[in-house]
Amino acid sequence: MNIYSVAYKNLLRKKIRSSLTAGGIALSAWVLVTLLGFNRGYENGLNRDIDNLGFQVLLTAKGCPYEAATLMLKGGTGLRYIKEDMVKAVTANPEVEKVTPMLMQGVFDPNKGENGAVAAYLGVDALTFPEMKKYLEFKEGAWFKDNKAYEAVLGYEAAELEQREVGDKLLIPGINAEVTVVGVLKRSGTQDDGTIFLPIGTVQSLFSKKGQLTALGIKVKKDTDIDAFENRLYDLPDVQVVSLAQVKSTIMGLVASAKAIVMALAFIAVLIAMAGVINTILMSVMERTPEIGIIKSMGAMPLDVFKMIWTETAILCAAGGLAGIFLSLLTAKLSEAAIRHFLPYTPNGALIASDWRIAATALLVIIAGGLLSGLYPAWRASRVRPLEAIRTEGN
Amino acid sequence: MANLISASGLKKVYRRGNEEVYAVNGVDLEVKAGEMLAITGPSGSGKTTLLNILGCLDNPTEGSLSVEGTKIFGDKKEFPETKLTKVRRQLFGYIFQNFYLVPTLTVLENVKLPQIFYKNKNARKNPDQLLKQMGLGHRIHHLPFELSGGEMQRVAIARALINEPKILLADEPTGNLDTHRAAEIKEILRSLAGEGISIVMVTHNLEMANAADRKIEIRDGKIH
Repeated sequence: MNIYSVAYKNLLRKKIRSSLTAGGIALSAWVLVTLLGFNRGYENGLNRDIDNLGFQVLLTAKGCPYEAATLMLKGGTGLRYIKEDMVKAVTANPEVEKVTPMLMQGVFDPNKGENGAVAAYLGVDALTFPEMKKYLEFKEGAWFKDNKAYEAVLGYEAAELEQREVGDKLLIPGINAEVTVVGVLKRSGTQDDGTIFLPIGTVQSLFSKKGQLTALGIKVKKDTDIDAFENRLYDLPDVQVVSLAQVKSTIMGLVASAKAIVMALAFIAVLIAMAGVINTILMSVMERTPEIGIIKSMGAMPLDVFKMIWTETAILCAAGGLAGIFLSLLTAKLSEAAIRHFLPYTPNGALIASDWRIAATALLVIIAGGLLSGLYPAWRASRVRPLEAIRTEGN
Repeated sequence: MANLISASGLKKVYRRGNEEVYAVNGVDLEVKAGEMLAITGPSGSGKTTLLNILGCLDNPTEGSLSVEGTKIFGDKKEFPETKLTKVRRQLFGYIFQNFYLVPTLTVLENVKLPQIFYKNKNARKNPDQLLKQMGLGHRIHHLPFELSGGEMQRVAIARALINEPKILLADEPTGNLDTHRAAEIKEILRSLAGEGISIVMVTHNLEMANAADRKIEIRDGKIH
């Protein structure tokens, strides 16, 4: 038996009170771990999505920068167009390594989902697009043979949704055109998983958009001054230039305020839990004043009593903290689904990237906060005079 | 026999508004090694205050107190609290009317509790032996709420004896017990005095007081 086991057993006296306090700490730990994991997961996901684009700069028609960012990350119907001869003008720049033209089109599919939805088709160049997206691997089949073929390549999720395999026909609703599925991609964890790729010439022809593009993906050579390059691109008429850095900062700017509010809420949750700890331990000290007096009359030094009460706080916080961390890891998928439901844009892949470092940080924050909260009750207990115990019995 | 406790001119004054109340008013007292002393008197007479001062749990307003030849109170220099704690744990054992056992600890753990803070390496009896001596060998793993009042007081006595104190202070040790249990406690205290432990007890129980080697009565803070 030692001072720590006595402290542990002291907490068992009022089991419901101790459990409720530990529950409060667990909730704050859960919020803390989930939000720290979300911060990391969101940033990782955004970086991954952008890196997997295969190009560093996107050229679109002049318009809203947020629309351009969305187009870059999630696709879109791209209501504005740029001329196809822009490819030559851009390629002429010495900084450019590769250029790939894209044309996004969407049609309403009444059979999609319960009430119908827009089905998006991305027209890509059969030669340059696969070169830029080297990370894309095929589950079956291959890219289309040329830019005018009536063929389609489906992302992993798109194939699941459409329930199509290589060799199947795919009907494009609205225009009643039929293409043959020639390839199904493996899961990549990017927006490409949900995309239906068609040859760019076919999309231009089917949707009557000859010579028009929605975007140009540009891969620049190594060590290029991207800012200077972007400025020069603005010499081209009616174009909008979006770089990776801009997209990142645009989206991060959009979510930064939300993140600040959410982190403030997490901080408040921790503060409330700590107030609960002070209340519980202080109440326990006051209830046990005579007993603490007796312990001191047995020979306990003020430091011994301080240590005992502080240990109770540490045990309570560690138990609550660990339970909260466990809960957070257990419910990560659920939390992720909820966050995805509420946020307008979420990157692909794991949105809550909690790991042992985050768990350890949260546990440290909780225990440090708890120990800080335990200082006053422990100090107060250490000041109890043995006489106070005896006084309760009167003369 | 040598004096273990020597008190001279002890006074303890409390203020009640503008009025000064003398809880202890000029007490001179010696307690010898192995002596069993009973302090009696009506409620509010100052018995417990005197016991607390003798046990170094409270300080007197005036007067001096020496324990085993060391002057605790009476010098101009104040005896520091940490030193006082050391004196208490090396020389004294305390028993209270309400037992004050820790409810979440077993009988054995309650008896061992003082040794977490201080362990007298020369102590001859271990907790098990002490509990057997108190007739509680079969109760060591029980929790306090499973015991009778008499058993709880015997656990408290074992706890007070674990570091082999030279002086045992008991404040109404039979106050919460029936006649039969009180007689048991009386016998135990009597046998401890026989082993050479000085016992100073405050009691209202006539039989307990009569079992002591010496009896003093306190009225209005003075010995009569």
